[in-house]
Amino acid sequence: MSNRIDVRKTYKLFINGAFPRTESGRTYEVKNAKGVFIANPCLASRKDLKDAVVAARAAQHGWNKATAYNKGQILYRLAEMLEGRRAQFVDEIVTITGVSKAKAEKEVTDSVDRLVWYAGWTDKISSLSGALNPVAGPYYNFTIPESMGVIAAIAPEAPSLLGLIDSIAPIIVGGNTVVVLASTKAPLSAMSFAEVIATSDVPAGVINILTGKKDEITPWMASHMDIDGLDVSGLSAKKHADVKTAGTENLKRIYSFKSADPGRILAFMENKTVWHPIGL
Amino acid sequence: MEEKLSFEYAPAPESRALVSIKAKYGHFIGGKFVAGSKHFPTINPATEEVLSHISLAGKADVDAAVKAARKAYTTTWSKMSGKERGKYLFRIARIMQERSREFAVLETLDNGKPIRESRDVDVPLAAAHFFYHAGWADKLEYAGLGTTPKAHGVAGQIIPWNFPLLMLAWKVAPALAAGNTVVLKPAETTSLTALLFAEVCQQAELPAGVVNIVTGDGSTGALIVNHPGIDKIAFTGSTEVGKIIARAVAPTNKSVTLELGGKAANILFEDAAIDESVEGIVNGIFFNQGHVCCAGSRLILQESIADEVIEKLKNRMAKIRVGDPMDKNTDLGAINSKEQLLKIRELSAAGDSEGAQRWSAPCELPGKGFWFAPTIFTGVTQAHRIAREEIFGPVLSILTFRTPQEAIDKANNTPFGLSAGIWSEKGSKVLWASQQLRAGVIWANTFNKFDPTSPFGGYKESGWGREGGRHGLSAYLKGVSHE
Repeated sequence: MSNRIDVRKTYKLFINGAFPRTESGRTYEVKNAKGVFIANPCLASRKDLKDAVVAARAAQHGWNKATAYNKGQILYRLAEMLEGRRAQFVDEIVTITGVSKAKAEKEVTDSVDRLVWYAGWTDKISSLSGALNPVAGPYYNFTIPESMGVIAAIAPEAPSLLGLIDSIAPIIVGGNTVVVLASTKAPLSAMSFAEVIATSDVPAGVINILTGKKDEITPWMASHMDIDGLDVSGLSAKKHADVKTAGTENLKRIYSFKSADPGRILAFMENKTVWHPIGL
Repeated sequence: MEEKLSFEYAPAPESRALVSIKAKYGHFIGGKFVAGSKHFPTINPATEEVLSHISLAGKADVDAAVKAARKAYTTTWSKMSGKERGKYLFRIARIMQERSREFAVLETLDNGKPIRESRDVDVPLAAAHFFYHAGWADKLEYAGLGTTPKAHGVAGQIIPWNFPLLMLAWKVAPALAAGNTVVLKPAETTSLTALLFAEVCQQAELPAGVVNIVTGDGSTGALIVNHPGIDKIAFTGSTEVGKIIARAVAPTNKSVTLELGGKAANILFEDAAIDESVEGIVNGIFFNQGHVCCAGSRLILQESIADEVIEKLKNRMAKIRVGDPMDKNTDLGAINSKEQLLKIRELSAAGDSEGAQRWSAPCELPGKGFWFAPTIFTGVTQAHRIAREEIFGPVLSILTFRTPQEAIDKANNTPFGLSAGIWSEKGSKVLWASQQLRAGVIWANTFNKFDPTSPFGGYKESGWGREGGRHGLSAYLKGVSHE
């Protein structure tokens, strides 16, 4: 054993492609399963959420405009970067949750594979859900899924990495940008995943990650008038009613999910129908 | 002297002998007409003549309807094969076609819309919706929701007064095809065609309780929305009421679809075919007296052609025939109710006071009934109430733009997102604009077209979900992964 003192990492937020501290100056203490101090991540505030939404809104048009091929390659790049840093993620998961190394390795493997799976959906989802509608008249009429806009997500407490991937990837596959609140108890994976994002050609603002308390941030997400949809998979079912009620102010689309499937991508896409006459 | 030719139209009134209207109606529950307790009058908005008296359903009536729908769902409808369910829907479609003139006349009398529209649009489309969805009933496993999609159970459906029978068809046909039973409430001012539809269900020998119709006002609607025996709510109406419903349903497990308001932009580029576009603008805002959630109520007009288009539009508007809805030549009928007329007047007055310039087509309005002349406002800015709020009447707000991006920005500058129109002869520009517009239905070089195969519904505060096509059907099925 060396006597070298570790260089620890300061865990910050990830907003608009940068790593700011919370504007509130607040942190909270994260301990491992044995009660040993691990880190002081940011306790994000309403203002941090607002900043993240501004960044997400600004990035949405450009991200949506990127070709499906391009979006797929960027998602695949996330998988590549995560694969290259497996050891770090395994260590962090073991440190904070106390699970076996084998179990942590499986979560990281599943996370990489899940990203690869989502990467392949970008250029297939519209052929799965789109339609050419045979209307009774001389019109060309088609329906295609389109991005919904800015979507907020509450990631599940566990698994902290795989849950985060499922909270981010299906939303951005559809051309949306996302503001995600990471696992409160195990935020290290999320903040390290921000470093993966920062090195994967994901345009600034497309993915924004906050750490903090669900009870504090969720109501602000639900009532924010510039958030179009909300994934509440990380929230206990008994809290859904309040969130859904607050979300009616701008008729937010609010869903929770049990699995990764194309429906999870389509939930945060709008269907657009276009008519054009046919004739000489 | 040269002889002057006259192109005046002679009156061509449709006969109302085809319909028999009872003095008083009850509700349609469990396959039978049952007497109601309280009644309110329903009038012809073109003449203010009292047509009949409609029952106001209270708690006991709604309870009975939900109970009948539940019983029909558990004992009959959910056990029947899709093939057999579909055959009932085909029967309904055919009977509606057979009795189409009767439906059209009744709709026009009760709603005030021109007979030409009820006859050529509302009723044929309603029948087409049943015919289309009938074919889905035995093909649900191919609807893209997994191999065993399930109905929700009992659907509560609340529809508006602008397309009474057509909105009934949009709601009832997919619900039944997917295997749900329904409790439907027509709008307070337009119940008659729904009650005639109940007779169609009887003629089709639809099992008792599969379709239940209760009449009443918003209080009846609230009883349906809040009823614990209902699994699915479908509503078409204002965004204001839609939000109230969304809040009421938020703490429950009820599934919801909402088809709400709009403030559609109709963008006219300088490279459009001008005469066709003028027809499209007129159709966009004056179809059905502008009582259309997807009406093209904001004309976003390129500055370079603004004077020419406005002049042509005024000329065309002067030729709109306003008056007796039962006359087959009438283009613009009566405003549906006094309440709606007052709302149109109030918003138009706000247009004047906020500095826009009003011009109304010179036309003689009948002395009785509720009428509003086709009207445009020029010099409208984005801050004006008439550019932001849904007027739901024959009033067009005209804004101008210089660059295509400015047109898109103005079009999207609204919390609504139901529909939009694009007029240009340049294909790439049409497709670009249709991509940029944040709305669920885009009409390019056409407007106000509807079809049962074509999904319809809004982005943002214009609602949740789609109606029509495979996408609309899925709103009546469980099987999606999210809740």
